[in-house]
Amino acid sequence: MKTNASTSKKTKAAEEPVGGLLGNGLTLKQYRDAIQDRTKTTGFYNGLERLDLRESDPIRYEKLFSKLRGGLVHSRETAKKIAASPIVEQEGELCFTLYNAAGDCVLTSTGIIIHVGTMGAAIKYMIENDWESNPGINPGDMFTNNDCSIGNVHPCDIATIVPIFIQGKLVGWVGGVTHVIDTGSITPGSMSTGQVQRFGDGFMITCRKTGVNDKPLRDWLHESQRAVRTPKYWILDEKTRIAGCHMIRALVEEVVAEEGLEAYEKFAFEVIEEGRRGLLSRLKAMTIPGKYRKAAFVDVPYAHSDVQTPNAFAKIDTIMHQPVEIDIRKDGSWRLDFEGSSRWGWHSYNAHQVAFTSGIWVMMTQTLVPTQRINDGAYYGTEFRLPKGTWMNPDDRRTGHAYAWHFLVSGWSAMWRALSHSYFSRGYLEEVNSGNANTSNWLQGGGINQDGEIHAVNSFEASACGTGAGAIKDGLNHAAAIWNPEGDMGDIEIWEMAEPLVYLGRSAKCNSGGYGKYRGGTGFETLRMVWNAQDWTMFFMGNGYMNSDWGMMGGYPSATGYRFEAHNTGLKERITYGDTLPLGADLNPADADYENHINVRAKVKRDKQCMTTEDCYENYDLYLNYLRGGPGFGDPLEREPEAIARDLNNNLLLPEYARKVHGAVIEQDDKGVWSVDVKKTIVNRAEQRKARLARALPTREWMKKERDRILIGRAITAVKQMYATSFALSPKFLGEFKTFWNLPEDWTLNEDDLDIPTYGSKYREDLSKLPDVHTVVLVEE
Amino acid sequence: MSTYTKQQVKNLTEGKLDWDTTTRMLSMPKDNERFSIYLEVLQAKVPWKDKIVLPLGPHLYIVQSAKTKQWLTKCDCGHEFGDYRENWKLNAAIYVRDNPETMRDVYPTLMAPDTDWQVYREYYCPECGVMLDVEAPTPWYPVIHDFEPDIEAFYTEWVNLPVPERAD
Repeated sequence: MKTNASTSKKTKAAEEPVGGLLGNGLTLKQYRDAIQDRTKTTGFYNGLERLDLRESDPIRYEKLFSKLRGGLVHSRETAKKIAASPIVEQEGELCFTLYNAAGDCVLTSTGIIIHVGTMGAAIKYMIENDWESNPGINPGDMFTNNDCSIGNVHPCDIATIVPIFIQGKLVGWVGGVTHVIDTGSITPGSMSTGQVQRFGDGFMITCRKTGVNDKPLRDWLHESQRAVRTPKYWILDEKTRIAGCHMIRALVEEVVAEEGLEAYEKFAFEVIEEGRRGLLSRLKAMTIPGKYRKAAFVDVPYAHSDVQTPNAFAKIDTIMHQPVEIDIRKDGSWRLDFEGSSRWGWHSYNAHQVAFTSGIWVMMTQTLVPTQRINDGAYYGTEFRLPKGTWMNPDDRRTGHAYAWHFLVSGWSAMWRALSHSYFSRGYLEEVNSGNANTSNWLQGGGINQDGEIHAVNSFEASACGTGAGAIKDGLNHAAAIWNPEGDMGDIEIWEMAEPLVYLGRSAKCNSGGYGKYRGGTGFETLRMVWNAQDWTMFFMGNGYMNSDWGMMGGYPSATGYRFEAHNTGLKERITYGDTLPLGADLNPADADYENHINVRAKVKRDKQCMTTEDCYENYDLYLNYLRGGPGFGDPLEREPEAIARDLNNNLLLPEYARKVHGAVIEQDDKGVWSVDVKKTIVNRAEQRKARLARALPTREWMKKERDRILIGRAITAVKQMYATSFALSPKFLGEFKTFWNLPEDWTLNEDDLDIPTYGSKYREDLSKLPDVHTVVLVEE
Repeated sequence: MSTYTKQQVKNLTEGKLDWDTTTRMLSMPKDNERFSIYLEVLQAKVPWKDKIVLPLGPHLYIVQSAKTKQWLTKCDCGHEFGDYRENWKLNAAIYVRDNPETMRDVYPTLMAPDTDWQVYREYYCPECGVMLDVEAPTPWYPVIHDFEPDIEAFYTEWVNLPVPERAD
């Protein structure tokens, strides 16, 4: 492959005076500052009130777009075949993105497009911290980053960033990211639990120069491969990233050779301004101006004995709280304000501001901006307010981020509902989506695998959870994950090659989709038996005590998670003697039917503790991987009888809930086929509506009772801790809370009064306090 | 840009639109006249004469009272929740699932939230009993006023329609 490293004989020394990279005498920082100033002053990205190239030669502009976008997608598809990790090769957990010299995203490939912003944040960090003079930025260089305190989502997303030089001048960057299978954190698996600080999150690399002249440095190769448990996957992932980046760099060289540097550079700025305008016009075309308020929550149950942390101060139950106020203005601009959110915590679910803001576009491309022109234009078209100190903008450099998605997917469910509310009101019912599933469980662990090697696993079956119901149809069953629009559950055969875990079942998960006139898509479940492993461990990670989605307009949230694991199962003997085995679905967890097909002395854990840390598993032990469903839409008493019968006959709904929730009068024929008696159902539903009113209270009366409960402090400590951290960060939220409940002037709630450890509540140190560190702030704080 | 007939929009509201048209709706630029057709379709379905100003849900509307010209939030059964600027939920009937027994009526054991952590607040129309919304917050959470539309700007600047008269 022809590269500009090979064509450029000159390698700049690190000591060379700065200001020469761009060929205009400006340092990269001066260049970026000027772009920021022009954007701020004019309201147009880089001051581009007019899009000269697009307006004067639209065909050429579109050709440039198509060529670059097509090349990005092509590079991703080609490069992913290099990877051996099923996370990359099967699930498509990779992405390539093209940036201009200032680190703003021009275009991106398909895949995990949250990294539009995260790799851009890394480039901006290098610019702001003068990488230009030390360690230097030269043709053929490679930089590696996975640092969550400067924008990465979680450490397992490793980015390779390559500068693009043309005619001796830096014209941009290309970044490639893959989700690696292990990061060498406290426990195996790419998104481990147990650690409660950055220092346990695994191998952390801050924009380090890891290659020169298009070759990885030997010290980097040696160090990085022994820093993780799965070096074979690691190195092939790195080759994937490098290959993709170099393909894209060659593509840019080719485009410039054909179209000229001036046209390319014009395009690389105009397309961002076009993206900004595109967002505004979509907001006007699809939504309704006004204020939208939603909230989201998820559980962090760390007090349980199956969660082992290194620190006593982390052994508490806490709750993520994320209120959002979306203000869509009449000019089509909008502001997303997350005031009132709870504080970051001692766990691994915190998120950097860029992970939060960039990740939103993964969601928005599935709803508001379903376009191929994904770039930083949407970021420039949005005002974000993420108060400093919250879980989505921590003010302490110790925070852990290994599974930031636990909070991110939960928080974004609120934004689905807000946008969908506007689509509904405007009549664009086809766009309504009640939300996204909590994309879990995450089956993770490691030990010695079936090939006798040290190994780590992270089953990405969570790529195929149920989707939210729409206003005109059910959600999709076991179909997608919010963080990867092209998610796939992966082939059983591939997972069995990658993991010493035999499948005893893979079934749609009954009753997992939120009920409604249209139900949420169901999740699915796989029953895995440990086989041919040694010194094996696994753990659970997902929501259990709480839902993270809500349903819309009368629809219910999806079902929560639960845990099933079994040890000392006796399955080896049962297989030998031909006894019954636990196969297929755990149809109704209340029946505990798996337990009828294993050793009566088996040690079973069947409960709601869906967060655990690394526990021991012997061969023939069982682990249920239950992937969640999506939320529902509309009153479930209005679900069509045929749909109820279909769900019953497909084992997607238990008969008890067809009766109780849908008000259906059902019967089963002698062949076991369910049907719904329509006439009797109509009568029964009328009775159920009356029964609702009989058991209900006027809201204001209920509020009096709830106020009393607040005044006497009747709530578990986790709930109180959540409110206390939100109150401490937001006097506004406290004031609104007190006003709503008409609480006495002196009422308050402080962490200090809760009789639990409060580490982090008073003493915190931000990354920006470190010497010679200039953090990049991309939101209002 | 595609345009759609009143019948197609009616079919859409009933969940009966053919899939080809639905995918066209999803993939093509939005038809700005949809809102006015949507209002016509919905107006024909409701049993009252008040003019629909903005739909809020499958059964809930902001309407202009035919008698007083006040803007109200109203259920399609005819129940009125008060001024459109108020949070209609405060004038609804509520049922809170805040214990394991009532949660078990909705989800099997182990598949419902722990009510110490999270409750379900079901909002019903006090007249017809239809379930209009389900909130799923922690205990103590204020009732969320989740939508305050800027109807004047929407009508005049976004969809180019005259704003219905409003008496305050």
